[in-house]
Amino acid sequence: MAREDHLVISSGKAVQPFHYAVGLYGSKFFQELKENRRLVGSKCPDCGKVYVPPRKVCGGCFKEMKEFVEVGPKGTISTFTIVRYTFIDPETGVQRPVPYGYGFVRFDGADTVFQHFVELDEKHPIKIGARVETVFREKMEGTIRDILYFRIIEE
Amino acid sequence: MGKKRVAIVGTGQTHHKSHRPDVNGQELIHEAVTRALADAELTIKDIDAIVIGNMDHFEGINYVDCWSVDGSGGTMRPIIKLTTGGTTGSTLAIGGYHMVASGLFEKVLIIGWEKNSESDTTGAITTAFDPIWDRLVFAGAIAGLAAEGQAYMAEFGITDRDAARVSVRDRKHAVNNPYAQLRKEVTIEEVLESPMLSDPIHLLDVCPRTDGACAVIMASEDVAEKICPVPDWIWGTANRHVYTYVGDVNLGEIDSMKNAATELFAKTGIREPRKELDVIELYQPYSFAGIIWIEAMGIIPRGKGSEYIWSGATDMGGELPINPSGGVIACNPIGATGLIRCAEVALQVMGKAGDRQVPDVNLGVSTGFGGCFWTDILLHGKKKPE
Repeated sequence: MAREDHLVISSGKAVQPFHYAVGLYGSKFFQELKENRRLVGSKCPDCGKVYVPPRKVCGGCFKEMKEFVEVGPKGTISTFTIVRYTFIDPETGVQRPVPYGYGFVRFDGADTVFQHFVELDEKHPIKIGARVETVFREKMEGTIRDILYFRIIEE
Repeated sequence: MGKKRVAIVGTGQTHHKSHRPDVNGQELIHEAVTRALADAELTIKDIDAIVIGNMDHFEGINYVDCWSVDGSGGTMRPIIKLTTGGTTGSTLAIGGYHMVASGLFEKVLIIGWEKNSESDTTGAITTAFDPIWDRLVFAGAIAGLAAEGQAYMAEFGITDRDAARVSVRDRKHAVNNPYAQLRKEVTIEEVLESPMLSDPIHLLDVCPRTDGACAVIMASEDVAEKICPVPDWIWGTANRHVYTYVGDVNLGEIDSMKNAATELFAKTGIREPRKELDVIELYQPYSFAGIIWIEAMGIIPRGKGSEYIWSGATDMGGELPINPSGGVIACNPIGATGLIRCAEVALQVMGKAGDRQVPDVNLGVSTGFGGCFWTDILLHGKKKPE
């Protein structure tokens, strides 16, 4: 049903950008991704848990992490959904294209899971426990979009 | 235990709807506040402090504590804002409880509200998540919940038919609640035939978006029984937040609920919650949570939730009715939702729940969920805690 908008507050053509810092740990991830097509996490010196994305502090131990470890690029689907409803994406201003596979992937060598798109492929339906590989984009820019999606593989 | 024991002595809520263009935020807040004051037979002059909250990115106005004072009664009174995403309403209740329990304030007015019609709910929720790591694929609350449901299904072999039974229960209960937004019974088949939003969640498995407000008045033991003949005593509260990024969550179990419930029941001496509790108002935004989260709460062993739901034990008239109000699936003004759970259990304890009253409620639990996968939990009782 169309709704008549009597009062819409917007910035017109102007933009009001945010300037987020990714920090040294996030920078390390994006640098390795861009320059070496490698994925890294950070490892807690106390509990040994490997976090992806890497970060400074292990929340559970409240301990500073200093060790980076390589993870992936293969992994396992921990859980997933197929998103079928759309909405205006506040990141892009356009409707999120649906349906898309939304996967939580545990990279080989990692303890946390990493969320990203999963390719929808009728021959290889997404299942929990399925193995995946990471598909990178051709020209790397050092952002999360350098990872295009995960693809289900047979091993 | 604080310096003072604390009880709820009055509650008020709006008649919740999908869209309230007839009122702005302050006016919506005012409706709930005047109803709570009338319920407690108090005036705004009797109130010592106010705690207010919503999930402010839904309205895009960040200073609710300031601009709402006409509606809240906060003009020239101590007022603070608390906001914790989906758990806002239950965090407000816990914060208000702390203020009264501290002995610093005798009567505190607690207000949760939301006008979800004023923005795109999924878009706004997405802005609550990390811009660098999470927002690209994140799709609001539904997709994250779907991932939880999917993980649980894979482990225990339940289906969307089992979850639909929860939706049928809550939507049936909502018919008895004049304040609920959606008051229409549905069948299992109707749930399963409704559009798939995000596998395995169908449209009728999930909560709506709502405009509404709720207010609760808490008072110390020095005055509670003078204000209210049967006050609702707060026996204890607990809360847990668990993660930084979405992928840190242990999806399929809800660790925050398990941890918070364990603490709450241990410190209040509840050994067998299933037998000892008389009612639960669960912040349950989708049907699968009605199975997974009562296991995490310790009501039923892990993997047995679906069987318990099918037995009818959680229906009105069952051994432990859950969501007599119809719950979140029937009504979800997000910043108020957790406080509505708290107010609804208070009504049950006070014996004021009308057509949705569970007989002889001595102990009840209300919860809040948000963030996602955070938990707030409160234990309410008819008896003054020891």
